[in-house]
Amino acid sequence: MSIEGKVALVTGATRGIGKAIALELGRQGVVVVGTATSAGGAETITANLAEAGVPGKGMVLDVASAESVEAVLEQVQAEFGAVTILVNNAGITRDNILMRMKDDEWDSVLNTNLTSIYRVAKGCLRGMTKARWGRIINVSSVVASMGNAGQSNYAAAKAGIEGFSRALAREVASRNITVNSVAPGFIDTDMTSGLADEHKDKLKAQIPLNRLGKPEEIAAVVGFLASEAGGYVTGETIQVNGGMYMG
Amino acid sequence: MSTIEERVKKIVAEQLGVKEEEVTSDASFVEDLGADSLDTVELVMALEEEFETEIPDEEAEKITTVKLAIAYIEANQ
Repeated sequence: MSIEGKVALVTGATRGIGKAIALELGRQGVVVVGTATSAGGAETITANLAEAGVPGKGMVLDVASAESVEAVLEQVQAEFGAVTILVNNAGITRDNILMRMKDDEWDSVLNTNLTSIYRVAKGCLRGMTKARWGRIINVSSVVASMGNAGQSNYAAAKAGIEGFSRALAREVASRNITVNSVAPGFIDTDMTSGLADEHKDKLKAQIPLNRLGKPEEIAAVVGFLASEAGGYVTGETIQVNGGMYMG
Repeated sequence: MSTIEERVKKIVAEQLGVKEEEVTSDASFVEDLGADSLDTVELVMALEEEFETEIPDEEAEKITTVKLAIAYIEANQ
């Protein structure tokens, strides 16, 4: 049994973890639609997929907009068929200590990182229930469990994702749909490349494996959860963080 | 050509995995036919497809029996 030929939607697939996930699913023979917030990003995804010989394409999606989500799901359905593998990866940070946090910093992080998952998952469930098969994989963060000063908004959203996943996992288990979260630690991506070297050294000191993770190391775990081999795992959060947090 | 009533009853039987003779007009999906909340959502999806219509969520929630399903379809054909 394999997941070859199934249709996956990966949000935030231009770079970093999302890009690695799109390529990993492609390696397993999945048709991949990756989304970006800009037309340029969508073109990059189309080019990345084509270069790797993966069927599918990039599309523009604003996960914070209900209309945009609806339009993209309709387009995917028309071009490739129903999405049965959904990877909610798109996310942003707007770090600030709470005493200085602005409403829009809170709202945008919650909307883009958490409410988006509600929207996209809801839109995909019809196809998954009909297929009697589905995989929803939500990219969380180690920050959901550990907390991180300056990221109360991000930590709240990511912890919310994990709770959402457990509740939905129970709702749709009878339809052979699994819902899980993957919680990366510090991964070498654009999101972390902005950190000062001094800060990075401090971070590494907290990581038993003494290095940042690679996007491919997150993608491998997502790929397992998406595969038939991962079919008995549901409602779980898998920590992938070099040992910095051990459940 | 089957009547709306026959088509609705056939879909209910298929979706809920019950015998067609159990699907009486007065049968309630949840109480009599053993449907759970997901089953009722899927049943509405199946009715939408069969009758090529869209049933808004607030209407769908009111369709709890075979009779109400038939009445809704007849009124919205």
